[in-house]
Amino acid sequence: MINIDIEKELHGAGGEMLLDINLHIKQNEFIAISGKSGSGKTTLLRVLAGLEKADGKIVVDDEVWLDRNISLAPQKRKIGFVFQDYALFSNMTIIDNLLFVKRDMELANYLLYVTELSELKNRFPDSLSGGQRQRVSLCRALMDRPKLLLMDEPLSALDPAMRLKLQNEILTLHREFNITTIMVSHDPSEIYRLANRVVVLNLGKIANIGTPKEVLLETSGSQKFSFEGELLDIVRVDVIYIAIVAIGQQIVEVVLSRQERKHLRIGDTIRVSTKAFSPNIS
Amino acid sequence: MNDFTPFLLSFKLATITTIILFIISLPLAWYLSQTKSKIKPILEAITALPIVLPPSVLGFYILVGLSQNSPIGSFLKDNFNIELIFNFSGLVVASCVYSMPFMVQPLQSGFESLNRNMLEASYIAGKSQIVTIFRVALPNIKPALLTATIITFAHTIGEFGVVLMVGGNIPNETKVASVAIYEMVETMDYGSAHIYSAIMVIISFIVLLLVYLFNNRKRFY
Repeated sequence: MINIDIEKELHGAGGEMLLDINLHIKQNEFIAISGKSGSGKTTLLRVLAGLEKADGKIVVDDEVWLDRNISLAPQKRKIGFVFQDYALFSNMTIIDNLLFVKRDMELANYLLYVTELSELKNRFPDSLSGGQRQRVSLCRALMDRPKLLLMDEPLSALDPAMRLKLQNEILTLHREFNITTIMVSHDPSEIYRLANRVVVLNLGKIANIGTPKEVLLETSGSQKFSFEGELLDIVRVDVIYIAIVAIGQQIVEVVLSRQERKHLRIGDTIRVSTKAFSPNIS
Repeated sequence: MNDFTPFLLSFKLATITTIILFIISLPLAWYLSQTKSKIKPILEAITALPIVLPPSVLGFYILVGLSQNSPIGSFLKDNFNIELIFNFSGLVVASCVYSMPFMVQPLQSGFESLNRNMLEASYIAGKSQIVTIFRVALPNIKPALLTATIITFAHTIGEFGVVLMVGGNIPNETKVASVAIYEMVETMDYGSAHIYSAIMVIISFIVLLLVYLFNNRKRFY
């Protein structure tokens, strides 16, 4: 059980801002934190790790990490941290990166086996791909069997296929090690796949919190499908108009009426939705 | 036959100075690279002073500061029976002051160039700052480390004004190569001056060449 109740003044791009977070996390939960950039996500992780000061209280399993008189150093908090830029020790081989955290050969070999890195264990980080480096970083974060695993957009620099593979590995390791995990992510499918709960931050405050389904499903009213996308182009074909819309990674065509076309401009963010066809009779 | 003790003296002085300065500068450079404190610019300015001050000014203050009429000089004399003027130990002190920026600045910029997250990963792994410095920070700034030690060494070999003011020109004690050359020119012994000067040029060139060779190779690695 982790209780977080912290406040911190931030000097962001939008001027002064108060990071004010009150959050209770249960054992083994997988929390995703999302929100616009500058909303305080990374700062929250860094405060939890002890890398930045804050006022308030952090209690982890009856152990006080932060309150008025105490602020445990990062060294004393049992955490693992996965950085967006991997932050591997470039002077050490892969296996030494893991053993530097803890001299536990058995665990290191096991983690490298699970993440399919055993073959690479004597290579240096510079010679690895982004996906491989991030797996090493994940293994390294687990070497000391932390109570809390913090991940700051761990997969945002990777391509979609590698992302999916790593999401599965993260999920496997999360279950196997029973670690409470907090991950910053912007990717709704990633959040849906991994997290039990989502915390949406806005300007330093919790704007929304709930299960991924509650928070992420954006359909409301009678729409059955509803997607947000960017209008790329409007093409005239004979008497009709066709809108070319980018939704996520996909490009789709939607037929427009003359009236609809008048209100749309290329570059607009639009919503593509359909309604149910079957009439309800009651 | 020429007497090469001035060269040996120069190398001995440079070696000792480099070792002492490395020990002093490592914590200072680390502190400067990590701190956000308001006194950082003041410390940086003090460290850089020897670069801009004429050696005579530096030599004059060191001479005044270490003489037995000054509080520091009389304290050392009374309590430890140490005199630091016109002897080799005095030269070491003066050289450390004079060459300090050449050790501190490359180390500091090396530390500043390190990925901060990498250092934080080490702290999160439970490692202290000392362990982090020796096992993560230093191994990742090898070119800066090499530049700092070699340039400090070479700069100490090349110093003249401070050495002359603080040490004088005592054979086997304070007569280093640069001072010896000065003396030869003064006494019109141009033959020896040529030989000594040529040796200095060759040694300095080889040292610098090795530094640049190493650092270029390192960049491609």
